[in-house]
Amino acid sequence: MSLTFFTFSSPPQFYRLTGYLVPLCWAAFAVLSAIGLYMGFFVAPTDATQGDVYRVIFIHVPAAWMSMLLYLVMAFWAAIGWAFNARLASMVARAAAPTGALFTFLALWTGALWGKPTWGTWWVWDARLTSELILLFLYLGFMALVEAIDDTRRADQAGALLAIVGAVNVPIIYFSVKWWNTLHQGASVSPTMAPKMASTMLTAMMLMSLAFWAYAFAMVFMRTRALILERERGAHWINELKD
Amino acid sequence: MRALFVAVLMRDMRLAARRRIESLLPLVFFVVAVSLFPLGVGPEPQTLRLIAPGVVWVCALLASMLSVNSLYATDHADGSLEQMLLAPHHPVVIASAKALSHWLITGLPLMITAPVIGLLFDLSSATLATLVVGLLLGTPILSLLGGLGAALTLGLRSGGMLLILIVLPLATPALIFGAGAAATVETGLSASGHLSLLGALLIATAVGAPWATAAALRISTE
Repeated sequence: MSLTFFTFSSPPQFYRLTGYLVPLCWAAFAVLSAIGLYMGFFVAPTDATQGDVYRVIFIHVPAAWMSMLLYLVMAFWAAIGWAFNARLASMVARAAAPTGALFTFLALWTGALWGKPTWGTWWVWDARLTSELILLFLYLGFMALVEAIDDTRRADQAGALLAIVGAVNVPIIYFSVKWWNTLHQGASVSPTMAPKMASTMLTAMMLMSLAFWAYAFAMVFMRTRALILERERGAHWINELKD
Repeated sequence: MRALFVAVLMRDMRLAARRRIESLLPLVFFVVAVSLFPLGVGPEPQTLRLIAPGVVWVCALLASMLSVNSLYATDHADGSLEQMLLAPHHPVVIASAKALSHWLITGLPLMITAPVIGLLFDLSSATLATLVVGLLLGTPILSLLGGLGAALTLGLRSGGMLLILIVLPLATPALIFGAGAAATVETGLSASGHLSLLGALLIATAVGAPWATAAALRISTE
């Protein structure tokens, strides 16, 4: 079998490959998060101004990164699936959405937990918080739309269109929310970190980011595999899998 | 192309004129919803002045979204939408005409009623004028985005709710600058920055949304 750029765009090949990759991703997630959390909670020094509360950063910031990245990943694969009629790409896009929404929720939740002791409030209508909340709504809209349409092809294409429109709008939303806040009133508290971080803090955060990447890969692969089984259930190769 | 645009527009206007009560429902919803706020928040003029632009804008947004569903739904149900799409022109013509007719039927009456609503909230004339200009620039954006949502959710069971969930996040910039314009005037500043951004948003939406709506129509009627 020759290996080309498109080899793994075929559902059976992808299914076989991810069958090997999913356990590896879970293992990477377990190891990286164990080391990352250990470094974050025990090795990294206590922050001079915030004390130990700041340690939520090791979950919060990687989750926020992943939430934004996964939306772009989702929009990208949805667009590929729509433009080239690639079934697998559309399935990956659909599989990425719940994980992205989960990370968005996690970022908001940990942000609230961080905000209460440091700012004295669970929530401020700050530009970043607001745009992250709207990102969650965008994820929910995408998921609700593709779930509501019974016809798979139409669901994939409509979802792709919505994801692209959303991706175009994300910067507009971000800047409008930012100007809204600055034009409206100066933010009394800002979530910007101190510019300098101890190197152990940075290492722990990077490890946690990699761990979240591994988690996202594992979840997206698993969900895509389930979608493949569901959609290709009539295919010959799936019946062979049963034996 | 212009003939098709005018034909679709005139057809929608005629249909609206023959269902007068139904066409006025968004406006009635708007007035009723806005009037609920003083009852809920309390009648202090100071508070009402503060929240008025936002209340008017949120209610206008909801009124637009609740009415936009029928923009394509009835045409889709009786099959006339598919016949329109068979016309030898790009569906973007239909999408634009539909957005304009929705604005004429819903957005324009909202804009005309807004000053009266503003009086209920004790707004100054300068704020009222800015509110109306903001609505003039902003309600077309809502009609254009709503058209996209309506085309995406064509014929779905929970279409109305879904449309609102899809379109509201996309409409937040319009809401921010539209309500913000009136709020800045109330605090004594110039609203030209907000209104310019709203105008820029209108241009960008008018250029982009009809094409996206046309693509959504093709996906939904395939």
